[in-house]
Amino acid sequence: MVVQNLLPTAPRYSTSTVTLEVRSKDVVADGVVSLTLAHADGTRLPDWTPGSHIDLVLPNGATRQYSLCGDRWDPYSYRVAVLREPAGRGGSAYVHDTLTPGARVGVGGPRNHFPLAPADRYLFIAGGIGVTPLLPMIRQAELMGADWQLLYGGRTRTSMAFRDELTAAHGDRVTVAPQDECGLLDLGAWLSEPAAGTKVYCCGPGPLLAAVEDACAAWPPYSLRTERFTAAAHTEPVLRTPFEVELRRSGRTVTVSPDVSVLDALRQAGADLLSSCEQGTCGTCLTPVVAGTPDHRDSVLADHEREANDCMLPCVSRSRSGRLVLDL
Amino acid sequence: MPEATATAVLPPTSHADPFAAEHLEHPEPLHHSLREAGPVVRLSRYDVYALARHQEVHAALVDWQSFQSGAGVGLANFRHEKPWRPPSLLLEADPPHHDAPRSVLREILAPPALRRLRETWQVAAENLVDALLATGSMEFDAFDALAKVFPLRVFPDAVGLGPDGRENLLPYGNMAFNAFGPRNDLVAADAHRVAKLSAWVNAQCAREKLTQDGFGARIWAAADRGDLTHEQAPLVVRSLLTAGVDTTVHGLAAALYAFATHPDQWQRLRERPELARVAFDEAVRWQSPVQTFFRTATTDVTVAGTVIPQDSKILMFLGAANRDPARWSDPDRFDLGRDPSGHVSFGMGLHQCVGQHVARLEAESLLTALARRVERIELADEPRRHLNNTLRSWASLPVRIRPAA
Repeated sequence: MVVQNLLPTAPRYSTSTVTLEVRSKDVVADGVVSLTLAHADGTRLPDWTPGSHIDLVLPNGATRQYSLCGDRWDPYSYRVAVLREPAGRGGSAYVHDTLTPGARVGVGGPRNHFPLAPADRYLFIAGGIGVTPLLPMIRQAELMGADWQLLYGGRTRTSMAFRDELTAAHGDRVTVAPQDECGLLDLGAWLSEPAAGTKVYCCGPGPLLAAVEDACAAWPPYSLRTERFTAAAHTEPVLRTPFEVELRRSGRTVTVSPDVSVLDALRQAGADLLSSCEQGTCGTCLTPVVAGTPDHRDSVLADHEREANDCMLPCVSRSRSGRLVLDL
Repeated sequence: MPEATATAVLPPTSHADPFAAEHLEHPEPLHHSLREAGPVVRLSRYDVYALARHQEVHAALVDWQSFQSGAGVGLANFRHEKPWRPPSLLLEADPPHHDAPRSVLREILAPPALRRLRETWQVAAENLVDALLATGSMEFDAFDALAKVFPLRVFPDAVGLGPDGRENLLPYGNMAFNAFGPRNDLVAADAHRVAKLSAWVNAQCAREKLTQDGFGARIWAAADRGDLTHEQAPLVVRSLLTAGVDTTVHGLAAALYAFATHPDQWQRLRERPELARVAFDEAVRWQSPVQTFFRTATTDVTVAGTVIPQDSKILMFLGAANRDPARWSDPDRFDLGRDPSGHVSFGMGLHQCVGQHVARLEAESLLTALARRVERIELADEPRRHLNNTLRSWASLPVRIRPAA
């Protein structure tokens, strides 16, 4: 029905929403590179809030999550910082060794599991690369007129990304404590006294999060907020080849090629599917999934809703299985 | 002449008052002339800029960095004028202050969270239509008997309001949506009851006034978790009560009006009731229950070559964008065969209607119930508009129906 009503001037996002170009790659500390990502045609990116991360779908098929650490007032680029993890599964090594400016990467989200809730005062605790989600939070705290401090630990001074910018801009609000100079972070000194009206935001390696959780045991409930990335449970890789989508109720099947969104493919097959933002943020095109494994790229569904694999947002999400069956 | 001014475009000027009764009653001719005049038009009457084409309205809606809401989304500029009530934490706020209330409410009103309401609302809609048909009267005012009754039956329950005083909801919304316009006679007409209606609405936002299982209680629970402050919670509840009633009532009325005047489209819905969702969005594209909102320029913004100076107010004509022939083929036609996706009746971007899925579920429930039970629906008399500075609203919608066999 619908295709003829979409005139050529209509704004379309299609799969360009989920493919971005690496605009720059810079070494920002020992073992850390920052990537700037943008649409090839320079259009706006979906909005985000401090604490958000994106899924980076690398050309080798690996999917990794990275916190956005740039400026949300710039709607045209995302910035992430990637630590080389020698013990990792190859995602960070690919970013460090192979990815070059001009390369195309898949992007899912942004999604935020670590939002900055209102508080009079914040204590930010960063371990190493865990500083990344805290950077936009710090700017936000400044804008909100909240009091804040940052305790920033890392292995060595030169491995700690953004330390000079932070101390130059904020002086003694920032405490930089490299482990080889200062030992482990003195959490007892910072957290022994629960402070009403203060929220503690911590991002870093597991042992740091556990230590901070222990140190905050006596704090009022919900004072402490932490970010812990868990590896995606998916075993199936992201598909870069055409896949089939079956419309269960109407009995039709459509092949979705890599350069077409599932939404557009469904419309061409005659499905009456409403959408609105076409960026995976509004939720209008939410569609029940009967079988198959979606490649979720939206900003709407919570983790448990994604893992249930019983619904998807076809404007941006795709497939991990060769066939998806939708209740349409 | 310096180069900068040589390349700047002076926008055409319109002397029309978009809030005058003639334009509120019949907005299409003004919308047409504004779209034709150019991508940006200066409105001399209020010294503001108007956008009426889909491309520019859509772009302004998503560009919160340049077009802010925090200085008010009505004619009043909160940088210079005191708002008539404490500003909304959602509609009249910008990042970063907008983030926490939006995030909390978005989760509470997201499609997965509404699944538990679907069956209840379907049953409520079927009961309402059955009761109406059981009266045996085949002529009635569809605005009163359907569009007004249904949202008022299901939505306050979902929020968790008590049973008393619900008759204040529509007058409060009417007042709030008038207040986005100039201080004209429509605003003056409500002046005597501002204090009383506001006091009632504000009182309903308190935790102890709300049931324990509704949207309101969830907002308060979010405050208990520290995701909002306890000072913010009642204002977020207030947003539900301000923005969630009149809008859906007049949106449903738009859909009923559309079908009463397009019998072929009603047959189409009868044959395929699963088109109810598309039908509602097409109806709100075609009628645009929320006609306009303002933004304020945070800097000198260039739109299609015209520089809109910092601090200017910009009036976005959502209704005009929804019928822009550059975006829609045969835009004045109500057509279930059309894909209405991309209309701006719910806005777009950061401030896009957070309750849009609630509205769609209400509409889907009612339209599906009607399509199963009503064979024909047609106007029995001339419908009457109710004038509001922002809402395309109704006073009456007399219809005649024939029940399905």
